[in-house]
Amino acid sequence: MSSSHEFDAIVVGGGHNGLTHAAYLGQAGLRTLVLEKNAMVGGAAITEELMPGFSFTTFSYALSLLRPEIIHELDLVRHGFLPLMMPSSFHPTGDGGHLLFGDDHQQNLQEIRRHSPRDVDAYERYHRDLDRVCQVVRPLFDNPPPDVFGTDPEDQVDVKWLLDHLGGVDRKTMHDLVRLLTGSAADWLDDYFEHEAIKGYHASSSVIGSKVGPMSPGSGLVLLFHKMGEHDGHLGSWAFHKGGNGGFTQVLARAAVANGAEIRLGAAVSSVLTEGGRAVGVVLEDGTEFRAPVVVSALDPRRTFLDLVEPRELPLDLVDNVRRMKFRGVSAKVNFALDGLPVFPALPDTVDHFGGFLNIGPTMEYVERAFDASKYGWYSDEPYIDAAVQSVVDPDMAPPGKHVLSCFVQYAPYELRGSDWETEREAFGDKAQAVLESHFPGFGDLVLQREVVTPVDIETRTGLTEGNIFAGEFLAPQMYFFRPAPGWSQYATPIDGYYQCGSGTHPGGCVIGSPGRLAAQRVLRDRRAATS
Amino acid sequence: MTPVRTTPFHSRLSELDDQGLYTHWQGTLSPLRYSHAPKHEYFAVRNSVGVFDTSPLYKYAVTGPDAERLLAGALVRDVKACRPGQAHYTAWCDDRGFVMHDGVVFRHSADQFLLTAARPALSWFEELGCGMRVELEDVTDDYGMLAVQGPRSRAVLAALAPEAESLAYFEHVPAKIADTPVTLSRTGYTGDLGYELTVPAADAVAVLDAVLEAGGAHSIRPFGEEALMTLRIEAGLPLIDVEWHDSRLAFSDADRVTPRELGFGWMLRGVRDGARRFVGSEAIRRELVDGTSRWLTTGIVVDWADWDRIFREAGLFPPKSEHPLPYESMVLDEGGAEVGYCTSFVYSPVLQRHIGIARVRPDLAAAGTDLRLELAIAHHNTTVRVTTAPMPFFDPERKKS
Repeated sequence: MSSSHEFDAIVVGGGHNGLTHAAYLGQAGLRTLVLEKNAMVGGAAITEELMPGFSFTTFSYALSLLRPEIIHELDLVRHGFLPLMMPSSFHPTGDGGHLLFGDDHQQNLQEIRRHSPRDVDAYERYHRDLDRVCQVVRPLFDNPPPDVFGTDPEDQVDVKWLLDHLGGVDRKTMHDLVRLLTGSAADWLDDYFEHEAIKGYHASSSVIGSKVGPMSPGSGLVLLFHKMGEHDGHLGSWAFHKGGNGGFTQVLARAAVANGAEIRLGAAVSSVLTEGGRAVGVVLEDGTEFRAPVVVSALDPRRTFLDLVEPRELPLDLVDNVRRMKFRGVSAKVNFALDGLPVFPALPDTVDHFGGFLNIGPTMEYVERAFDASKYGWYSDEPYIDAAVQSVVDPDMAPPGKHVLSCFVQYAPYELRGSDWETEREAFGDKAQAVLESHFPGFGDLVLQREVVTPVDIETRTGLTEGNIFAGEFLAPQMYFFRPAPGWSQYATPIDGYYQCGSGTHPGGCVIGSPGRLAAQRVLRDRRAATS
Repeated sequence: MTPVRTTPFHSRLSELDDQGLYTHWQGTLSPLRYSHAPKHEYFAVRNSVGVFDTSPLYKYAVTGPDAERLLAGALVRDVKACRPGQAHYTAWCDDRGFVMHDGVVFRHSADQFLLTAARPALSWFEELGCGMRVELEDVTDDYGMLAVQGPRSRAVLAALAPEAESLAYFEHVPAKIADTPVTLSRTGYTGDLGYELTVPAADAVAVLDAVLEAGGAHSIRPFGEEALMTLRIEAGLPLIDVEWHDSRLAFSDADRVTPRELGFGWMLRGVRDGARRFVGSEAIRRELVDGTSRWLTTGIVVDWADWDRIFREAGLFPPKSEHPLPYESMVLDEGGAEVGYCTSFVYSPVLQRHIGIARVRPDLAAAGTDLRLELAIAHHNTTVRVTTAPMPFFDPERKKS
């Protein structure tokens, strides 16, 4: 075996967590190889030029929860990191009116007051209460979950750290935390707001990527998770990356390569090689072998534990847990190349409402009704849409005067009852387009090209099981020390030398990078322990 | 009382302003921001194109056979090296070698100059020009100045005036936009690719409209002083009455700085050997020869982890605000002794770091020196780790290419 096939570590999957992980391992001096099955890195965070001059963020379309320390530790600015903060957030209220939020807090309060004088101070309390919960959760995001089942003295120290941390939380914030983790977004929002559209605006982040409606228990957790972003010091803030999320993963790839990692494209791993219960390398689908004492899967838990290795080599309870883990993708993308900006009739002459997310789910009830169909194996007749025109703040995404519109559309259940996605693709695209037409009359005339990305496309192209964008649903029994399975939340696996760093580990998913970072810390700690 | 002055672009720009927030820059209405999101305006410049109304600057026409002689004897930079069609960012000093003002001098011909000034300075130059064959005229009201800045500025202006395509850094050229003769210059205060248009006041709105129309497809937007402040700090550009005060108006030497202390050492070619003389040059020469500079100006970059830690330990959320600190903060050494002060401080979105412009003891100004910056957290003085760094902090290749 030639030395070009031998490495210190092999990362399976060049998504954002795999690349982050490789950049950290490279920084620590490990000769690291990233193997990516597709022709470009990025996984679900890619930008593609589907029409000349039009850059589509095919899947993921915003920098969400990326942890700030990763930007600094990997010196990403030097490699081209450029987040463009979204200056606004726009929410049509369904009756021709709208809510438009921006950077000026006092102006936002007036925007609320226009709809409901009562909800103004509620809005201030709502955000402060949620911010306090986020402050409690943040250290949990930046550290591996303690192994509450461990008997090692180190585990006891970790558990004590967690208990001490939670012990310092005041009782209101602790109660709010539990209400969010277990309850519905509707119950939480009802305590603050009276206005249906204001509730609808806040409810939308409670369902993203998840098979829940805002009235389902569990939607509170999804809402809290999406509030954990802190770009440029603003809690809950989101950004576009220059050039789309593919621009971001290119930055990560440059950082990884600069740190000495090697990236091979078109290199689909078929299985992890083990010898005597230890991982020793991987074999590609074309039979090529690479060897390394450390193999790290950046794929989702199903692929990590059921596809890449022989499940019979694993403890039964782990295999059971991974088999019953819920994925159930319900999200699709419908992306448009546009001849010009859509027009919202009440705001004919401005572009400022297109600076960030366009939240098309006027009321909580609208979103809940959109969810209903998915329970019975069908897509929404009037879907909820989270849309974004990145070309407004990043003109390089489209030719001058033209635009790209990325639409995240729910609900689109992975398994359709009585049909399949190949059959329904364009009919579903039409539903999404009809919703846009109803809010932006004349929208259809602007469409130069439409791309419908179904949950099956997401699975086929990125490898995410059942098209679940988080590599495992955000359900309480699948989070923190249960992610991806009880006892295996610290990035190791039962196979020595085999690790996991994908969004299916804590605190994935979303574009956050922490699983890649925390897993790297684990790999490096184990290496030090082995050599000391 | 006369109503507050407005600029020749005001009637149009105020229509694009939904905030109604103005400062009185040189007694002239100047928007803090045009929309709720100054960061949107900031990114227009760093990522696309923005326009800024810089008309409130004073503008003096300096003409006559002795115009060069006057300016060469007054300006810190060697104006003889500024050929017609070129411009110099420069400064001028009092006789003790302390900086009064900064400005840009545009040389139109052998004996025709236009000098912009951040503060009024007509009598100063008139007195210096006493007995010379030179005419000085305040033409501030005759022209509007519009800065068009950002990576798309070349494409936008080239569509209106093809001269923009090949105009080099700090060059200027006569051009025609909207049938109006303008001076197109490759100048600006953002540290990015950018231009300025000097426009006859009567036709200012027509020129602005042409620029806005040409920029529409590039998401052009006006930006205000809030965005400009972040941009100019990233570019390492000092601001009068922030980084320093007019030496003739200051009450004590503590409020005065020499060009070298202000970071203008690069302007001083020919001073040390006495080859070039201008007002204050002898004092500056002695400063250079004797090494008596009290300070040097440097960039400082905050240790991000230390910043986050001290706020989080206080139970606060670490602020990363594009609004600069409004006050001066002390710079300390590791032992806690005061060794300088920070004059401008801001969070840089493109660098993802807090950055500042500081004046420190000369022996501590080398890049990479570890220092501490004082700041108050939870009503308690503390310090955060900073490292000195060269400026500009942000210096894209496109700025000069």
